[in-house]
Amino acid sequence: MPLKIVNPIAIVGIKTVNILSIIKNVSILINEIFYWTLISPFKTGKLRLKSTFSEMVKIGYNSVPIVVVISFFVGMILALQSAYQLKKVGALIYVANLVGVSLTRELGPIITAILIAGRSGSSFAAEIGSMKSAEEIDALRSMGINPVSFLVSPKMMAMLIMAPCLTIIADFIGIFGGFVLSITAVGIHPHSYIQQTINALMVKDVITGLVKSIAFGAIITVVGAYHGFQVTGGAEEVGMRTTASVVSSIFMVIVFDLFFTVLFYYFT
Amino acid sequence: MDEKIVVKNLVTRYGNKTILKDISFSVQQGRITAIVGGSGCGKSTLLKHIIGLLKPASGEIWINGKDITKLSEMQLNDFRKSIGVLFQGAALLNSMTIEDNVALPIREHTHLNEATIKIMVKMKLDLVGLSGFGDFYPSQLSGGMKKRAGIARAMALDPEMLFFDEPQAGLDPITSAGLDALILKLRDIFKMTIIVVTHELHSLFTIADTIVMLDKGELIFEGTVEQFKNAQDDRVKRFITRTPEDENYCPEDYFNILTAD
Ligand SMILES: Nc1ncnc2c1ncn2[C@@H]1O[C@H](COP(=O)(O)OP(=O)(O)OP(=O)(O)O)[C@@H](O)[C@H]1O
Ligand SMILES: [Mg+2]
Repeated sequence: MPLKIVNPIAIVGIKTVNILSIIKNVSILINEIFYWTLISPFKTGKLRLKSTFSEMVKIGYNSVPIVVVISFFVGMILALQSAYQLKKVGALIYVANLVGVSLTRELGPIITAILIAGRSGSSFAAEIGSMKSAEEIDALRSMGINPVSFLVSPKMMAMLIMAPCLTIIADFIGIFGGFVLSITAVGIHPHSYIQQTINALMVKDVITGLVKSIAFGAIITVVGAYHGFQVTGGAEEVGMRTTASVVSSIFMVIVFDLFFTVLFYYFT
Repeated sequence: MDEKIVVKNLVTRYGNKTILKDISFSVQQGRITAIVGGSGCGKSTLLKHIIGLLKPASGEIWINGKDITKLSEMQLNDFRKSIGVLFQGAALLNSMTIEDNVALPIREHTHLNEATIKIMVKMKLDLVGLSGFGDFYPSQLSGGMKKRAGIARAMALDPEMLFFDEPQAGLDPITSAGLDALILKLRDIFKMTIIVVTHELHSLFTIADTIVMLDKGELIFEGTVEQFKNAQDDRVKRFITRTPEDENYCPEDYFNILTAD
């Protein structure tokens, strides 16, 4: 499309109208996804077990290696950075507190979410987008099959289950990474590190982290599906939408993270 | 004769370009209706309206006594269980084998066991001459084979109505003739109501009971094959005799077209 110079007030108007229509489309989609994922199975007794299971493998099982490696490194980095500061006040043992709490409350969920957004969110957008551009979505509808029910609900179901599972793995491995670094490079005694971690961690911290991760999983699925369904043109647009889905799901994850963190800070 | 589908004053737009201009026609129960017209005149668009994939700007489409333009997506899904559609590009699901593609509507809408579904799928694939290709993925088939697999999928649930968008495009004359025979059989034995978009004159005269012709979004002819052959309309005659449109621009017009931005 040729670039045109538009009057700035008109730009404000156009943007507002665009944003309103995005909000409308997204809320319709959210509504449909949750209907087909959480309500319809009870009404009709029909669960898409087979496709949910294969999505669980793609989203969860296949991401385990990368989640393990990244969270292990982050745990080590975190331990070393906090040791650097805590050494000055002679409170080295608090490395365990810092690593444990910040991983379970914050970094575990967020690292997992960013990895899932990059691996699975983008693939949702690409898969649905290319199906849209090949008229496959129209074909599904013409067969009386709701595309959200057929394509998105297994992904959502799998995501709601696998995002917290991956987060638990990230928490554990991250703490283990911190432990390995602390007992070697920093020289904390292993037994006291473990003791300190157990004392520092509260069930509450772990639970809030998991609640967050479930929300992040839902956000990533909705954003990926939204961008996929928005495709109207060909391959180029599929690529654009895939990129957009990663950028906007990471953005949304951070925004919601802030929201949850504020919420949990005051209410737990 | 019952009217199965009645289209009334259908108008549709993409953006601000009007694609279908006030189209009205009807389709008889148990007959084959062919939609013909030049490339880009809106045939596929018309078909997508009749199956409720697109909502018209105005107008009504009555099918089985219901105006489907007023139905919700849920109600449309019920209606769509009784139809079969072949898209112009076949639109098979690329992530599934041909067998699973054909089985998809059966698995979604019935509670039959796997063994029965397998047999049904084999029968449909055999009907379109694709037995033995069940395990192939769409990307491993030729264009014409994809078309035929699409037809098998459209017929999977033995629907009341079939909609075929250019079923013969890309098929050799022999397969194409076989397909004509199949379409006639579906009408005569299963009493299906069939709408076919086609360009093939030979097949058109073999299978059609009624012909509807569009030109640049307008309906210019509706009637039987005999009436079509004897029509006085220039555009219909050109279509039958395959005479190209004479594009005699005057030099100024041609210059304007070339230099317009
Ligand atoms: N998604 C779309 N957005 C905008 N315009 C479209 C879209 N789809 C189709 N059109 C336009 O609508 C018109 C009719 O298209 P349609 O696909 O119905 O033609 P057709 O009669 O099926 O042609 P053919 O015989 O080549 O298949 C064309 O001019 C096309 O440019
Ligand atoms: Mg077409």
